[in-house]
Amino acid sequence: MTSSPPAAPRGRVGRQRDSRVGDKIFMNLARGSGILLLVVMAAIAGFLAWRSGLALSKNDGHFLTTFEWAPDAPKPVFGIAVLAFGTIVSAIIAMAIAVPVAIGIALFISHYAPRKIAQPFAYLVDLLAAVPSIVYGLWGALFLVPHMDGLTSWLNQYLGWTYIFDQTKTGTVPRNLFTVGILLAIMILPIITAVSREVFRQVPRMHEEAALALGATRWEMIRTAVLPFGRPGIISASMLGLGRALGETIAVAVVLSSNSVLSLHILDPGGGTFAQNIALKFAEAGNNGRNALMASGLVLFVITLLVNGAARLIVARRKEYSGAAA
Amino acid sequence: MSAATTTVSADARPLGRALTANRLPKWAPAAVAAGSIALGCGIGAVGGLASHLQWGLISAILFVAIGYALSARVEGRRQAKDRLATSVVWVAFILAVVPLVALTFYTIQQGADVVNGYFLSHSMKGVLASGPGGGIYHALIGTLEQVGLATATAAPVGLLTAVYLVEYGRGRLAKTVTFFVDVMTGVPSIVAGLFILSLWNLALGFNYSGFSGSLALAILMMPVVVRSTEEMLKLVPNELREASYALGVPKWKTILRIVLPTAIGGITTGVMLSVARITGETAPVMMLVFGADYINSNPFDGPQQSLPMYIWQQYSVVNNDYGYARAWGAALVLIAFVMGLNLIARGIARWRSPKGGH
Repeated sequence: MTSSPPAAPRGRVGRQRDSRVGDKIFMNLARGSGILLLVVMAAIAGFLAWRSGLALSKNDGHFLTTFEWAPDAPKPVFGIAVLAFGTIVSAIIAMAIAVPVAIGIALFISHYAPRKIAQPFAYLVDLLAAVPSIVYGLWGALFLVPHMDGLTSWLNQYLGWTYIFDQTKTGTVPRNLFTVGILLAIMILPIITAVSREVFRQVPRMHEEAALALGATRWEMIRTAVLPFGRPGIISASMLGLGRALGETIAVAVVLSSNSVLSLHILDPGGGTFAQNIALKFAEAGNNGRNALMASGLVLFVITLLVNGAARLIVARRKEYSGAAA
Repeated sequence: MSAATTTVSADARPLGRALTANRLPKWAPAAVAAGSIALGCGIGAVGGLASHLQWGLISAILFVAIGYALSARVEGRRQAKDRLATSVVWVAFILAVVPLVALTFYTIQQGADVVNGYFLSHSMKGVLASGPGGGIYHALIGTLEQVGLATATAAPVGLLTAVYLVEYGRGRLAKTVTFFVDVMTGVPSIVAGLFILSLWNLALGFNYSGFSGSLALAILMMPVVVRSTEEMLKLVPNELREASYALGVPKWKTILRIVLPTAIGGITTGVMLSVARITGETAPVMMLVFGADYINSNPFDGPQQSLPMYIWQQYSVVNNDYGYARAWGAALVLIAFVMGLNLIARGIARWRSPKGGH
């Protein structure tokens, strides 16, 4: 702008000032919306913290160790022990199933599948990500749960000695943390697959060809060239999936039959998760009940914030992954 | 069975070709797969295992194990490991296909009987929950209005933020915004709902309405729009900007007239994908819109309905076979809507991707 032609007619000066004003307005608008996003994030934390404070000051139990959830009782008692436990256990089950399978699918798409299958299949996996969670929930409750019967009793029969797979009351409908974990695994498969697939695609061609030229089999090539390069990507993809699993609400609320019992028997119905508890208790919650739910929401918010933030930091550290953050 | 024949045929090959190691014939994996599926189903049927999930799991384990054993005998350990990895990857692929196919087919199968003209054009007003009938018209209107309002709020903010990050952003503020946009994509939807509840409904005293639901949806939508728009703007070649500056066009005009139009295809795709994402959100809508059985076409006043919440209510509140049927019908409509948006969005991306994109 500074080097306008010297012989510019007079009118140009005025127009230039206009454009400079326009520039300023536009830039401030753009920067303002960026700041607005930051403000929203801060406001989420702030408002939830404020409400949580109101609830916690009235709590008769200990917020971290109490099992029951009765914030509207004359003497409010509520704690997140069961919820935290259920959230973590279901997320662990989901991760244990989803991460290996997702890495397998990503490798399938990037290195194993015939070209004709790979592209449409990658597409299908992306579509799977678009299925709304309520539909997953409905499918989980009306299709998956009845089909889990056989597997649960089989696990109970042969792996019951591990304590974890012991069903204390046989014959119950498998609306338990294990089924929830499997459903969550199906739900987070697409995101983990999508991110790791992009990372696997960006492995330098030379590394792969060098390995193959040295006589490596395809698996040895993947083990020595692809996986080491992709490890940070896999980790961050898994953490993105973990974030989803921790925060999933409605599918869990539909499938799990919850109670306030903390039990490691994951085949027994019961337990709960943060998000599921909020969705379920919200409708009949009174004033203090809502505040208490917001306190548990704040805990969930902070946990997902940490998990997602860590995942993004890992991706951002490796510049080669640009474009891999879905 | 077929596994045994494979071993025999492989062993029976003439030895003595020094440079070529023994290899399994090309059809071996397919034969092992067929054999282990037959064996798995056989074991399942004989053992009287009720769920077909187990049949599949047994077959999968057999497939991996037999393939490994066979290859280890004929080809040696390294090749066997390679085959093991290949079969595991194929099993993972099938494991992913099964739920996808099951989900899609089950939804279509259950929903197809329910969805018809009546279902799409009537509300639940005056319909007994314990009986048949009723429809999703009110939910359709609610969803369209809420998603429309959310898009109208979130898309401009997201677009401008992306413009800021790509065209202006330097220094610490831009870095902070980038990081928090990334983190914000992971905010659980229920937390967004709680936040709007505490801000809009409790602190500011507004009532349940479609609009407060759309505010929560906007929070979920914004970071997605920012991310996708950012990627698209980065693909716009710098030469275009420089050519525009060289002609004396101010920066804001360059952005509005050159940069954004060039990337418009990708931006549209991103916005549509994010619309598809928020259309299926249940949790925040459930808290903020409250759910009405009747048609309320004013999103700023009083409870509305939305498709995801309708499914939830029909399933968990009505909770009988008629409710399930209506839920499946609504689920089919919802999936069709979301998938349709996805397909159109990707079509646009292909059709109008800027040069240098993929």
